[in-house]
Amino acid sequence: MQARRRLTLRQRLRRDGMLVLLAVPGIGILLLFEYIPLLGNVIAFKDYQPFLGIGESPWVGFENFMVLLRGDQQFLNALANTLIITGLQVLFVFPAPIALALLLNSLLSERLKRLVQSILYLPHFLSWVIVVAIFQQVLGGSGMINNYLRSQGQPTWDIIGNADWFAELLTAQVMWKETGWATIIFLAALSQIDPGLYEASSVDGASRWRQLWHVTLPGLRGVIILLFILRLGDVLTVGFEQIILQQGAVGLNASEVLDTYVYNNGIINGQWGVSAAVGLVKGLVGVALVLGANKVAHIFGERGVYQR
Amino acid sequence: MNAAPSLAMRAVKGVVLIICCALVLVPFLGVVSTSLADQVQVINSGGFVLFPDNPNLNAYRSIFAGGVVTRAVLISVIITVVGTAISLASTAMLAYALSRPGSLAHQPLLMVVLMSLLFTPGIIPSYLMVKQMGMLNSLWALIIPTAVSGFNVIVMRAFFMELPAELIESARIDGASETRILLRVVLPLSKAVLAVIGLFYAVGYWNAFFNAMLYINDNDKWPLQLILRTYVVNNAMLGTDQLGTSEALPPQQSIQMAILVIALVPILLVYPFLQRHFAKGVLTGAVKG
Repeated sequence: MQARRRLTLRQRLRRDGMLVLLAVPGIGILLLFEYIPLLGNVIAFKDYQPFLGIGESPWVGFENFMVLLRGDQQFLNALANTLIITGLQVLFVFPAPIALALLLNSLLSERLKRLVQSILYLPHFLSWVIVVAIFQQVLGGSGMINNYLRSQGQPTWDIIGNADWFAELLTAQVMWKETGWATIIFLAALSQIDPGLYEASSVDGASRWRQLWHVTLPGLRGVIILLFILRLGDVLTVGFEQIILQQGAVGLNASEVLDTYVYNNGIINGQWGVSAAVGLVKGLVGVALVLGANKVAHIFGERGVYQR
Repeated sequence: MNAAPSLAMRAVKGVVLIICCALVLVPFLGVVSTSLADQVQVINSGGFVLFPDNPNLNAYRSIFAGGVVTRAVLISVIITVVGTAISLASTAMLAYALSRPGSLAHQPLLMVVLMSLLFTPGIIPSYLMVKQMGMLNSLWALIIPTAVSGFNVIVMRAFFMELPAELIESARIDGASETRILLRVVLPLSKAVLAVIGLFYAVGYWNAFFNAMLYINDNDKWPLQLILRTYVVNNAMLGTDQLGTSEALPPQQSIQMAILVIALVPILLVYPFLQRHFAKGVLTGAVKG
């Protein structure tokens, strides 16, 4: 008998037909709701009329993109807000779990560490509606902090629904929800650092701070760079659910970002083509940034997201 | 490592950790306490109560009197249960189909799953697709479009591929069909991964808010997260009409916090399990990456 006989298509079909059938529902859902909608992005190049459908609507070339290039006021406002919020988040949200992981890692008691982790991971599993509601209860006009200030005869602290503090509030909410959970990946990287390095440096007389600088942080560098590159892909994506929930109270001027612009302008106001164009550009910019940053990482001799 | 840190350093660490934990725990305490507090205390405290004097369950009685909140809880439970069942079934079937390299169409099918991890189709095209399928304003719109997560398929497939090949081979020699092998051999050996991925899906369905906002116009079909947005985040008035009761209502803020607690309870119940297994899942993805 031959060890490896090439089967005919018919034989393979008889052998694996059932297997392929099992894949049908899952693949079907992915094709219908991930791939075909991707093709729907052609409406960025069309003057989409709901009653005509995607196929019949007239082509308009880059007209929808030109509307944006000519400086649509709402669009520029959304772009500016997105960049401000992203900037704040990269500055504060990104380093917070690194610091927290270092702190957790330095705890000597394993049980205490596990207890703290259980508490700090919890907010990650809550929906944004719950997180926003909790923030209102604590920081809102009749919330915990302001009730206390009032009872002490102090002026209240107006932060919920305040356009001037909106970007900061969003950043605080993301930190509250995700910092604990985000430590996991850094803790894993920390546990991979060779203990021999600490022993050697300690024999050489390095203080704990010098060990942090010369052993721990270099050990984390790969993970930090990897996550930073991935974060770049989301530069134009700032918490859509989180923002749309709080938009009513703050007003569009301070709270409109690209994703909410796509939603408000497209689905609510029927400017389908322009909104799809924004969505498309946003997606492409994300991919381009990840690939570009990865390239830069390779040039500097780092591993990046994938290896060459 | 080396010698224990100095006393001052340990004190600083302790204070930082206590603050971090308090930032998470105190709001939870406040939410639960306010839901249990009575009228007098809510008014005296200006709204948010940390330690209730006369805890009572009036707020819970009124939200479960049969009004909008009761209905929304039911809808959320249905979506979560039906959705998780559909997701688990289609994910397990697809993962099993992909678990045998060299089978017919293995490569292209795997590519379909992997590529779906790289992009998201965008709000407008997804909306148009759901509209095209006639699912607008139907609860199916909250289940079908998000039923299969490529990531979960990959995780489950990896688990199936670790199962001893001899078991599957011998079942096949005994003449079992693929469906039979999946149901009788593979799934019983994979209870752990099924539980983890099932919870992953369940938490997603329970927490889903945006799809409901996008696709459901009818107030009668709102899941709990939309009720939360309207009556808790946006502070719409919840009266006896909405709650379907004629009794005097407990303070509005207690009712709001009771709704919040109801939305939290399922997550808190599965949390110990989630924490243990999800952390592991994140790590397999990250370290092997």
